[in-house]
Amino acid sequence: MTWMIDGVELQSRLLSGSGKFGSASLMRAALEASGTEIVTLALKRIEHDMQSDDMLSATADLPLHLLPNTSGAKDAKEAIFAAQLGRELLQTNWVKLEIHPDPRHLLPDPVETLLAAEQLVKQGFTVLPYCHADPVLCKRLQEVGCAAVMPLGSPIGSNQGLQTRDFLQIIIEQASVPVIVDAGIGAPSHAAEAMELGADAVLVNTAIASSGNPVVMARAFAQAVSAGRQAFEAGLAGRHNGASASSPLTAFLE
Amino acid sequence: MSFYALWQEQDWQSVQQSVLDCTQGDVEQALQRQGKRTVEDFMALISPAADAYLEPLAQLSAQLTRRRFGHTMQLFIPLYLSNLCANDCSYCGFSMSNAIQRKTLNEQEVEAECRALKKQGFDSVLLVTGEHERKVGMAYFRTMLPVISRYFSHIAMEVQPLSEAEYAELRSLGVASVLVYQETYNEQVYAEHHLRGRKQDFKWRLQTPERIGQAGIDKIGLGALLGLTDWRTDSVATAMHLRYMQKHYWRSRYSVSFPRLRPCAGGVEVAAEVNDRQLVQLLCAFRLFDAELELSLSTRESAYFRDHAATLGATHFSAGSKTQPGGYADQAIALEQFSTEDNRSPLQVAEALQKQGLQPVWKDWELGLS
Repeated sequence: MTWMIDGVELQSRLLSGSGKFGSASLMRAALEASGTEIVTLALKRIEHDMQSDDMLSATADLPLHLLPNTSGAKDAKEAIFAAQLGRELLQTNWVKLEIHPDPRHLLPDPVETLLAAEQLVKQGFTVLPYCHADPVLCKRLQEVGCAAVMPLGSPIGSNQGLQTRDFLQIIIEQASVPVIVDAGIGAPSHAAEAMELGADAVLVNTAIASSGNPVVMARAFAQAVSAGRQAFEAGLAGRHNGASASSPLTAFLE
Repeated sequence: MSFYALWQEQDWQSVQQSVLDCTQGDVEQALQRQGKRTVEDFMALISPAADAYLEPLAQLSAQLTRRRFGHTMQLFIPLYLSNLCANDCSYCGFSMSNAIQRKTLNEQEVEAECRALKKQGFDSVLLVTGEHERKVGMAYFRTMLPVISRYFSHIAMEVQPLSEAEYAELRSLGVASVLVYQETYNEQVYAEHHLRGRKQDFKWRLQTPERIGQAGIDKIGLGALLGLTDWRTDSVATAMHLRYMQKHYWRSRYSVSFPRLRPCAGGVEVAAEVNDRQLVQLLCAFRLFDAELELSLSTRESAYFRDHAATLGATHFSAGSKTQPGGYADQAIALEQFSTEDNRSPLQVAEALQKQGLQPVWKDWELGLS
């Protein structure tokens, strides 16, 4: 089953990043193996003379939607500037909004993110905000017009999996836009778990790029995401609730 | 997209058939679901196939209810302000073509009713009127609400659909909760039962909960009048409506009621009866569909039924209800909307609840906080 962001129909539910790969050719091979249709790239890393940008030239002929991110921005003002730069350089209204003032854990700033999201939506951007797994914040981000929400599973790059599982579940249950679990997914099993919960998609970068064999790992993630989604659609069987022989609660209806 | 547009995409017959086609396997999957249950689960739980699973369904419902609401039952009482009505609805005793005595309470009479209810212990009141914009509209509410809010800390209203701005004004006048029942989600059947008046406008009514949500009312009540047409399909629509509302107006709480059609002056025959077993099934299915949902059972139901259903999933009971304006202060008046089944006094209802280990709660909110 396909899914949509901002009216764009997508097959793959695995979003990838473009950082941390050993070479541009390895990145290209991994992206192809992942089947991803959306790849993020950090605006701070793009060469402004785009012809000389390794990442862009290595993937120019692939059918990818580029999703520039504002990584490195410390507040709303910087993020808005970065988003405008991305629009100009890459000719896309899509932006992954990332604001992390804390350089140690790279945790997103909820206040600045909401402020920036509201303004960017008004400026015509399709905003996909990276945020904490905070159900109320996700509601607020939807209300200001974000096209999806991207709550974290655990701190970015930590490979710790879904430490925020219970909150992700609430976010997914309440969402009226796609939920993309971003950050912390370190193994295909983590990705499958997010998909089984009902996430619309996951974003994986470090776990693929930093693996001993990024191409094989990318394929493994693609399969895990697909398996997790199929399991969600089929409906997981729950723990068995045995029917009791007597009918203490409904006997009055006899 | 409005819920009206969403519901128009559904085909009544297909929804009805999907519920009838649910298998025991679908029911077992719905019962065992970990995490939030889907509308498809709800369909399985109210399907004929789920009848064989009524006891495990009731067990799960009772567990979920106790976990979320504890051993309590919220008590409230309807206060009928007026039986004037500019609509003709086939099932309602207030219909304009019914030759009943008409009455709208004035300020002194409202105050007398409030005092009589307060004496019985209630702190939570549901204001009910017929639908008469001109005589019982915003001007009337503006006068009466300040009187009523002196007596009760929680005020709910069940009146004609209003505009968003009017709901916002009601909120500022102390109304915490608004109930508006769709009666039926079947547009054709709706037309057959609403013969005159503004209530004929199906779309305006169906979009009312969205206006209430937009106005930021704390609690929104939904429901269908069970018996006008296939109750299962109407209940699926209610469940879908609830999910839609919760997604878009997530700051509000929600309640669902299950009014079964009751005899009234000049009323229609019940087209599709819901029996006791099915009503229990429906109540429990809503609990499994949403663990936080408030579920209300009125005095339309018998004392016997309510006493048993109390532990299964209901969270709100009315008690001692009189469905005629002025009926609390003056016991002799008789011009009721429908006849009630559970005619026990609030105290008797409270005692019956206590016997089952449930604490009756008379208060819902502290007005000073909003």
